[in-house]
Amino acid sequence: MKGKIISKAIVFGNNIDTDVILPGKYLILVDPNELGKHALESLDTEFVAKAKDGVILVGGKNFGCGSSREQASLALKYSGVKCVIAESFARIFFRNAINIGLPAIECKGISDAVKTGDEVAVDFKTGKIENLSNGKKFQVEKLPPFIMQILEDGGLIENLRRKQKK
Amino acid sequence: MNITEKILANASGKKAVHPGEIVDANVDMIMVHDLTGPLAVEAFKKIGTPKVWDNKKVAVILDHQVPAESVKAAELHKTMRQFAKDQNLTFYDVGRGGICHQVMPEKGHVNPGEVIVGADSHTCTYGAFGAFATGIGSTEAAAVFATGKIWFKVPPTIKIDVKGNFQKNVTPKDLILAIIGKLGVDGAIYRATEFTGPTIKSMSIAGRMTICNMAVEMGAKNGIIAPDETTRKFLVDRVKALQDFKSLQSDKDATYEKTVEFDVSKMPSQVACPSSVDNVKPTSEIGTIPIEQAFIGSCTNGRLEDLQVAAQILKGRKVKDGVRALVIPASQEVYRQAMREGLLEIFTDAGAIVCGSACGPCLGGHIGLLAAGETCVSSSNRNFIGRMGSTQSNVYLASPATVAASAVTGKITDPAELEAKKP
Repeated sequence: MKGKIISKAIVFGNNIDTDVILPGKYLILVDPNELGKHALESLDTEFVAKAKDGVILVGGKNFGCGSSREQASLALKYSGVKCVIAESFARIFFRNAINIGLPAIECKGISDAVKTGDEVAVDFKTGKIENLSNGKKFQVEKLPPFIMQILEDGGLIENLRRKQKK
Repeated sequence: MNITEKILANASGKKAVHPGEIVDANVDMIMVHDLTGPLAVEAFKKIGTPKVWDNKKVAVILDHQVPAESVKAAELHKTMRQFAKDQNLTFYDVGRGGICHQVMPEKGHVNPGEVIVGADSHTCTYGAFGAFATGIGSTEAAAVFATGKIWFKVPPTIKIDVKGNFQKNVTPKDLILAIIGKLGVDGAIYRATEFTGPTIKSMSIAGRMTICNMAVEMGAKNGIIAPDETTRKFLVDRVKALQDFKSLQSDKDATYEKTVEFDVSKMPSQVACPSSVDNVKPTSEIGTIPIEQAFIGSCTNGRLEDLQVAAQILKGRKVKDGVRALVIPASQEVYRQAMREGLLEIFTDAGAIVCGSACGPCLGGHIGLLAAGETCVSSSNRNFIGRMGSTQSNVYLASPATVAASAVTGKITDPAELEAKKP
């Protein structure tokens, strides 16, 4: 994980569930690149084309609710999503995202402060988020150190492997 | 402490825990299925630990793409079959188990007071037996395979206190829909939900499982019900040794973030309209909704009690022309019992199709999918856009009684209304 990212934002609303992030019919796919081709297609057939060069996904409340399918967070990551910022997350999605090395940041007020196409900067070290297009700034609560470590290692598996090597 | 806190304290070797605290808990049981297991196996292999931490505490259950409908699914099943064999795990193959959340307690893999995680969001179902049970993802499941441990943030608890007797053909499903309708799909996000009160106390295990199953639909980390005599009766001949659960009651001075009260005595049947589980209304208030499909089954409502209620309504009646009715018993055990009781005959006489025990159309990956413009009334748990097939299809969630009544009339129907018309 990089310390800081700057990317265009794509904004979605409240309660984006894992079925719309990745429909059940794709759960038999095992290649994450294949999963990535179908991310959020139920809501926006153009999403994958828009995300491929890297985007920050901004969501409302309860982002990632529903199924425990890790394929949903994988699909986002492999479609080009660098980071998800939302008002709140469904807990399984949040854990899955962290565990596969996709930063998920809770930020109250973000959905009203960002519109699709805005350029957003996220500094993971300081917890500062800025909408570079309109100057709005947020300071979020930093993730606990052990979660930051999982992200820095690139995911939970890499984190465990590193710990085992010690 | 309340029950959830007691279990998490015990599992992490602490005298007491408080909401917000992060604990490292020992896991008593973990379950993965055919759609979440293969990713977990792949991740487990990357960790490099040759064996799971305790082969007696890992269950693999094939239930989603069952029987395999594609070569890809067959490959996933093969992966899980091999992993279970190599690691000597508890394994339920096609035709040997059924839906994971039914099989786990039925086959004695759930005990009160345990910490159980499963790579499926409806793992919270086992809270019906006084276990702390919650869904996790595949990578996390792999980490548990390797270490037997998982971190949790101790959740604040919402107490949901229920009183009153249900009216005829109003069921625990209607209650949990009403609860979600009131609290909202993020109403219990990061929270524990504890269900209490005389209605819960007198509720069957099947009903309690329906209630706890859908706790996740309001964002809850877990749903839990204090174990009692009903729990003991169900588990005693199924588990190897029943845990002593006398102390598994919330203390009188236990803290709750809030308490929400419900009285079911005048509650009519409820329906969750598309495309959110909290879009809940009394069935009588949704207007005329014609249906193309009616589905009775799933980990929410595919148990014997559910099939009995549906059969009672369908007995001597026919599924309306233009409607396809699917009945899927939640497990092989439920299937056999339904067969012995003559329920499957009632369903097939009515013109319903009875499919083998599996998740079926619930998650839109296997059988019974919907075309654009079609509507299904379903006893399952989610009505998200595209959940059962086309993104232009609609799913209404209801009780098995409402689904059965709707299959007869061809439109979403309060079972009370159909019964009133009985000659």
